[in-house]
Amino acid sequence: MAIEQTELKASGWRGFARGKWMNHIDVNDFIGKNMTVYAGDHSFLEGPTGATTELWFLVRELLDQERANGGVLDIDVDTVSTITSHAPGYIDQGKEKIVGLQTDAPLKRSVQPFGGIRMVQDACEAYGYQLPQELADLFTSIRKTHNQGVFDAYTNEMRTARKAAIITGLPDAYGRGRIIGDYRRAPLYGVNRLIEEKQIDLLQLEVDSITEDVIRLREELAEQIRSLGELKQMASAYGYDISGPATNAAEAVQWLYFAYLGAIKEQNGAAMSLGRVSTFLDIYIERDLQEGTLTEQEAQELIDHLVMKLRLVKFLRTPDYNELFSGDPTWVTESIGGMGLDGRARVTKNSFRFLHTLYNLGPAPEPNLTVLWSTQLPEGFKAFCAKVSAETSSIQYENDDLMRPYHGDDYGIACCVSAMRIGKQMQFFGARANLAKALLYAINGGVDEKLGIQVGPAIAPITADVLNYEEVMGKFDIVTEWLARLYVNTLNVIHYMHDKYCYERLEMALHDRDIIRTMATGIAGLSVVADSLSAIKYAKVRPVRNEKGIAVDFVIEGEYPQYGNNDERVDAIAVEVTEAFMNKISKHPTYRGSVPTMSVLTITSNVVYGKKTGTTPDGRKAGEPFAPGANPMHGRDRKGALASLASVAKIPYESCQDGISNTFSIVPKALGREEEARISNLVALLDGYMAGGGHHLNVNVFDRAQLMDAMEHPEKYPQLTIRVSGYAVNFIKLTREQQLDVINRTFHGTI
Amino acid sequence: MKGRIHSFDTFGTVDGPGIRFVLFMQGCALQCLYCHNPDTWETNAGRAMDVEEILAEIEPYLEYYRRSGGGITVTGGEPTLQAPFVARLFAECKRRWGLHTALDSNGFCEPSHAQQLLEVTDLVLLDLKQMNAQKHLALTSQPNDRMIRFAYYLDVLNIPVWIRHVLVPGWTDDAADLLALGEFIGSLTNVSKFELLPYHRMGVYKWQQLGKAYPLEQCPVPTDREVSRARMLIEQGIGNDSHNVNAGGTAYGGNVN
Repeated sequence: MAIEQTELKASGWRGFARGKWMNHIDVNDFIGKNMTVYAGDHSFLEGPTGATTELWFLVRELLDQERANGGVLDIDVDTVSTITSHAPGYIDQGKEKIVGLQTDAPLKRSVQPFGGIRMVQDACEAYGYQLPQELADLFTSIRKTHNQGVFDAYTNEMRTARKAAIITGLPDAYGRGRIIGDYRRAPLYGVNRLIEEKQIDLLQLEVDSITEDVIRLREELAEQIRSLGELKQMASAYGYDISGPATNAAEAVQWLYFAYLGAIKEQNGAAMSLGRVSTFLDIYIERDLQEGTLTEQEAQELIDHLVMKLRLVKFLRTPDYNELFSGDPTWVTESIGGMGLDGRARVTKNSFRFLHTLYNLGPAPEPNLTVLWSTQLPEGFKAFCAKVSAETSSIQYENDDLMRPYHGDDYGIACCVSAMRIGKQMQFFGARANLAKALLYAINGGVDEKLGIQVGPAIAPITADVLNYEEVMGKFDIVTEWLARLYVNTLNVIHYMHDKYCYERLEMALHDRDIIRTMATGIAGLSVVADSLSAIKYAKVRPVRNEKGIAVDFVIEGEYPQYGNNDERVDAIAVEVTEAFMNKISKHPTYRGSVPTMSVLTITSNVVYGKKTGTTPDGRKAGEPFAPGANPMHGRDRKGALASLASVAKIPYESCQDGISNTFSIVPKALGREEEARISNLVALLDGYMAGGGHHLNVNVFDRAQLMDAMEHPEKYPQLTIRVSGYAVNFIKLTREQQLDVINRTFHGTI
Repeated sequence: MKGRIHSFDTFGTVDGPGIRFVLFMQGCALQCLYCHNPDTWETNAGRAMDVEEILAEIEPYLEYYRRSGGGITVTGGEPTLQAPFVARLFAECKRRWGLHTALDSNGFCEPSHAQQLLEVTDLVLLDLKQMNAQKHLALTSQPNDRMIRFAYYLDVLNIPVWIRHVLVPGWTDDAADLLALGEFIGSLTNVSKFELLPYHRMGVYKWQQLGKAYPLEQCPVPTDREVSRARMLIEQGIGNDSHNVNAGGTAYGGNVN
């Protein structure tokens, strides 16, 4: 016993409360037994150290150069990115408390061709670089990519649907992302222990019937073990031995970041989220503070330096990807707060420190700071969140009271609104189906209104002079039935090939062996469909058809109830459409037994989807943007913000377990005349929305005039951050079209 | 009983404390040159709604109003023109939900007419437009003696009042007038807050939509400096006659903005 205690003291686990986390990989048990809840206010926080300010100045200069250079500073075209591919890189080594870059220099992007070589080639060319021919050949004729695999297996129907943009944003040309490795395992257990556990898993799989599933899993486990070895090698290049547990806060942050860095060197996933690390790290910081080896200022410095690194995460993407998801996003989402199942808030001083980086380093879209909101959170934390929101617009909120019953108290958000248990669950990211277009297919007999070709099922087009609700709904049902089947089948192809050719070895090494997988579908154009159906039901809608008989415009006679006014007549339609599509999705077998889910989320892609969709029966003209996520259409919510929020809160989370995104933009003065009132009103707004069953809320607090000015003078606003559906971006990195969309979007209370 | 309603907003935060349901009544007897809601003037326009219909629009959001220490504010237009209707609405809000009630008025109302309404009113936001009688007439089309009577009546009833004043360059920014306003406020014992609202031009488009010529086309928005100067003058006026404010035990300091 005495020896064990001594060993424990010398080790990284000294002073920690014991528990089953010691014998099993169980980070959540460790957090529950060791965290220190903080219920105070933000007065303890410290400003940036000199080193932080100097480093951030260098980073800002590099980011300016990157922007001046057309969006990419430099590309290492000669080296395929792997965990160990690049020599260590630094911003200014002497000043960095946390080290590690994706390549040997900050903002130098790497090539990651396993998802698809075309994307890499195109991106290089778009930014004035040339991928060496031998690399292109290697990933064309010798090593197959995910992208090639997918297109080998796609059916003609899938290709057509993709071209017509009835299904869009599919992860078939690059990494799928939306997988969160449990990066906390590296500091808590050390990499050697993780390898040992995986070896035990492999041994457990010496079973009687070596089926296809077992073979695949055995190969994956072997790859996972290999990747953990490479992770140690990468850390050792930076001078760190991460085989054992971290022994102090600085090491804990460093080990954790190395694990994340390994993941992003290996994968260029659409969203590479961080998980829920702040409260975990607080345990190490608290221990150091107790032991007198760390000051509050040094603790803040560690977090500032970690966050600075997270702001430098970059992937090589093509410009048209940027048109869809602007601002060079990486979705390094960090989930903060929430309640424990034991009734204690999972709020620590480190929850505050993460938010405080928005002051010490200024506002920024990355990392995507996400507060898991509960009406039971400590008031001091709620008030600080509201203050930070009002001053930086850089936080999004998700309803912990709604998600906790589904996902427990150790889930994190991947990308924007996708909840998953950390280390125990992943998703097969599925982009979204365009329901507004599906409605037009129902009216036009499955013929695409833009391409003029048969894409959907060849049903009889509606020829009536005035659209009849029952007839439209009947045909919409047929079209969405077809769409759901095609959509799930398409995703099955994509994720089969991704597992085969672009497997996330390291991220999955930081998961349990047996995990839950979800097939995460999504829909776009919900408010357009709800309003269109409402118009057909409550007003008179006459299609205007072209010579081919395709409805290209609609004449609406009379008023109709519009989504966003808490009007049950139309809100019920939105709910019905959502539930019906989810039910249709659930009918189809999914790859690897994944559980089907759905999101109502567009990020900035509502602009592009709108562009590819003809005029709709709600009065929206061809090419005009959809509303983002589950938002009501621009300017149609006429009863004020609360009525608008109430409509969105009706969309049932049961049918949309991959999240329901709502973006709320307000001018500062409309939150209250004094700062104090603004904070308490915003807290009440969030409490009320969450208590009413709302899932997600982006909060933007800024003046329209300020945005107009930023459009004309981007150089004055290098850090102006705004929230779009589920995500934050640098306003000045949006395309002009997207900037106008944001400005035209409902601003509540323009006084 | 039906009221004539212009519109409502479920999320009001600048007309009284907390988050508020703001009901805009149709109809106003004044025609202020700087009005940002000229579409609420016409007495016969708007939509007729009964008290129950309005209560149904409030009910879904009670949680927000309670959590934020908010309530309902009735504004317009001029709500006292439909005093019996507003009185019944406020009475029901109080009886059913104990909701805080605020009346945003220009005070152009005979006290006897508002008696029942004021019995169920927790707070009055009183917009004093100009202390100089002649200038008031020119600015609003009506004299100001009735407003002053109304203000004193509220004082007698001891109903808490927030005084508001719109600062319009060339129209309401004369030093003597501002001092007089301050002195008047200082003479009241029921004022818990004073709000100086800088004139803005965001209502101009409504005049254009109504096909009316905007009378203050040349009028600039006050600068920050002008706002500070006006605030100082008003505070000076309040200070000249502050015994009543102190006697009333009402807080000024931090609330004066």
